[in-house]
Amino acid sequence: MIMMMTKAPTRLTTRGRLLVLLTTLAVLAGVATGAVLHAADRAARKDRPQAGGPAVTAGAVTLAAAGRRELVFRNMAWGPHRDELATVPADRPAGPRTASGVRCLRFHAAGGTGICLQSVHGAVQDTYRAVVLDARLHERRHYALAGIPTRARVSPDGRMVAWTVFVSGDSYAGTNFSTRTSVLDTRTWHLDANLEDFRIIRQGHVHHAADVNFWGVTFADDTRFYATLATGGHTYLVRGDTATRTVRTLRTNAECPSLSPDGRRLVYKKRVAGRSPDAPWRLYALDLRTLRETPLAETRSVDDQVLWRDARTVLYALPGDYGADLWTVPADGTGTARRLMTAALAPAYID
Amino acid sequence: MYLADSRAGTRRVSPGAGAIGATVFALGAVSLVTDISSEMVTAVLPLYLVTGLGLSPLGFGLLDGVYNGFSALVRLVGGHLADRGGGHHKTVAALGYGLSALCKPLLLLAHTLPLIGAVLAADRTGKGLRTAPRDALISLSVAPAARGRAFGVHRAMDTTGALLGPLAAFLILRQAADGYDAVFTVSFCVAAAGVAVLLLFVPGRETGAAGAARTGRARPAPGDTRGRPRSSLALLRRRPVLRLTVCATLLGLATVSDSFVYLLLQHRLAVPDRWFALLPLGTAASFLTLAVPLGRLADRLGRWRMFLAGHGALLAAYGLLLAHGPVYAVLLLHGAFYAATDGVLMAAAADAVPPELRAGGLALVQTGQALARFTASIAFGAAWTAWGDRTALTGAAVALAVVWAAAASLRPRATPVREATP
Repeated sequence: MIMMMTKAPTRLTTRGRLLVLLTTLAVLAGVATGAVLHAADRAARKDRPQAGGPAVTAGAVTLAAAGRRELVFRNMAWGPHRDELATVPADRPAGPRTASGVRCLRFHAAGGTGICLQSVHGAVQDTYRAVVLDARLHERRHYALAGIPTRARVSPDGRMVAWTVFVSGDSYAGTNFSTRTSVLDTRTWHLDANLEDFRIIRQGHVHHAADVNFWGVTFADDTRFYATLATGGHTYLVRGDTATRTVRTLRTNAECPSLSPDGRRLVYKKRVAGRSPDAPWRLYALDLRTLRETPLAETRSVDDQVLWRDARTVLYALPGDYGADLWTVPADGTGTARRLMTAALAPAYID
Repeated sequence: MYLADSRAGTRRVSPGAGAIGATVFALGAVSLVTDISSEMVTAVLPLYLVTGLGLSPLGFGLLDGVYNGFSALVRLVGGHLADRGGGHHKTVAALGYGLSALCKPLLLLAHTLPLIGAVLAADRTGKGLRTAPRDALISLSVAPAARGRAFGVHRAMDTTGALLGPLAAFLILRQAADGYDAVFTVSFCVAAAGVAVLLLFVPGRETGAAGAARTGRARPAPGDTRGRPRSSLALLRRRPVLRLTVCATLLGLATVSDSFVYLLLQHRLAVPDRWFALLPLGTAASFLTLAVPLGRLADRLGRWRMFLAGHGALLAAYGLLLAHGPVYAVLLLHGAFYAATDGVLMAAAADAVPPELRAGGLALVQTGQALARFTASIAFGAAWTAWGDRTALTGAAVALAVVWAAAASLRPRATPVREATP
């Protein structure tokens, strides 16, 4: 008996265990609360203007030509106007910005029509929607989106609009991502909700697959467009037609194409061998007549769909201190890359 | 001797068919909390990758395929280790839960896709390690007649955690925009709390009715194959186990995976975009509601019958998908399928496997089913590519009907193996 007493088991009573559990929970709750407060504080700092940043004032922004060429973009500078559409004169990109009050994650505009992909703060979680804007940034129509916005384009005359979102699949794995690309006609309001419903002609044969993904639409006119198709582990540049609802592959390894204003060249990002799997791209220009590819002078990996600044230069985003900066490079492979402005994303020229 | 006495069944399980011990609730609580933690991460992962890190996660899912073979091995190893030396179920389970918990702060450090993939793989390794020992613990801590209900309770608590996780994550992001580090930290704290509950409130070796029968022995008798590596696979030599594994594997081959079901719902039944992300919640809600009732029903009618009936529900779901039936009915049937098969299969397997090899036996059945489902996924994807979704789904439905008939005729033994060791 005495041995049993001195060798009393170290196991705790139920009360003892509850005590240990409560203490542990208290410590963990403290750590958790600290982490949330720290993150909340950091988020609050983004709402205060940073020192040395561009001056941003509220004002009217228009998508219609007004004599002077303007650049409209998503303002990433910290302050009360963060994530709003802002505008600067095209010849003074580093100058003071005018913010419109419309928040967008992705944006593009042409021909007096704008497409704004924005988040909607729901009761529990954010959902996303695509908003078609008129020249005064008033909403014409909106459409619910199935996932996180990533690309947006408007056709040159402002009639057709396309967007791409990331959709995540399986709940348990959480690692199945796909894209959903939609094309909208803003005159008839006909929506092709999923480009995957189009007929796909891959290397001459009709192609069916469950793993088809489209993204990065760029319009040539109201019916013809270029885009990226991924299937079977490869990416393809495709040319599509909204009238016949068909896309045809043109070449492999070409993502997020952007068509030049004269319709003769495409600039896209191409995966280059030997680079890190997270940053494998390089910008290339393709002459659509000669089918010759030229690497652009920007040597860093660019994960963006470029915008044509004029017939000779393209504009694209690279990661920066405030999320993204806009850089330019000549589209013929010569010259060097130059930073145009800081703290900006998703630009569009209004002229 | 007194050591054996003091260890023997600190919780006496009441012999009544309806009683569920505190152990099941403790394990249910651990699963609930752990699922909150992992679903928090899963819910914000897409946002984190795209918005937080600025990555393009399209090639990400390719890792899944490579990983499945490895996870099968992990499961078998976990089950085998848990059986060794008289039952280390709690230890192996704690290792599994602990590994998954440690992966959460690692996510704070991993900023590239390969590293994140590696962390997620480690998380899933932890999950594979702990599933069989945990299910063995559940089956060992209740009377055989109450197993279906016990597993039903556990699965219901587990699914509740899965539903609460995304809520918690988005509440945090509401407070702190772009606060993904806060989400991962809180996820770690929650997972650690789960490990604490496991360590403190789940009994260790030799518990419950089965434990009382085993504790007389201080060391394995000669001829006892418990400790040997092959003993788990040797379980297949027992007819009931073999039949069960074969049937579960066959039925797994005709099961269309969740992600395809949601894709089919979207393609064929035109689910609006904004509801696409809610589809898994529909299945989970149905699963949650039906887990306990169907578990009890399984105890009354026979677990194998319930398992087969569950696949009947799945077949009905395929039929509705083909017939453009209502979305809610498909989700209801899908959840009912899980409620009738997920825990019930473990209850049925526990009937066929003796207690000293329980974790290994359950791991075997689970692994067979998991590998079969993985193969089915690949086959279904290929069929969709080649012939379109309608033909692929019809093929899956026909395959399921055929396999269902075969499994029904094989009919593994319904009565539980005697618990007491010879």
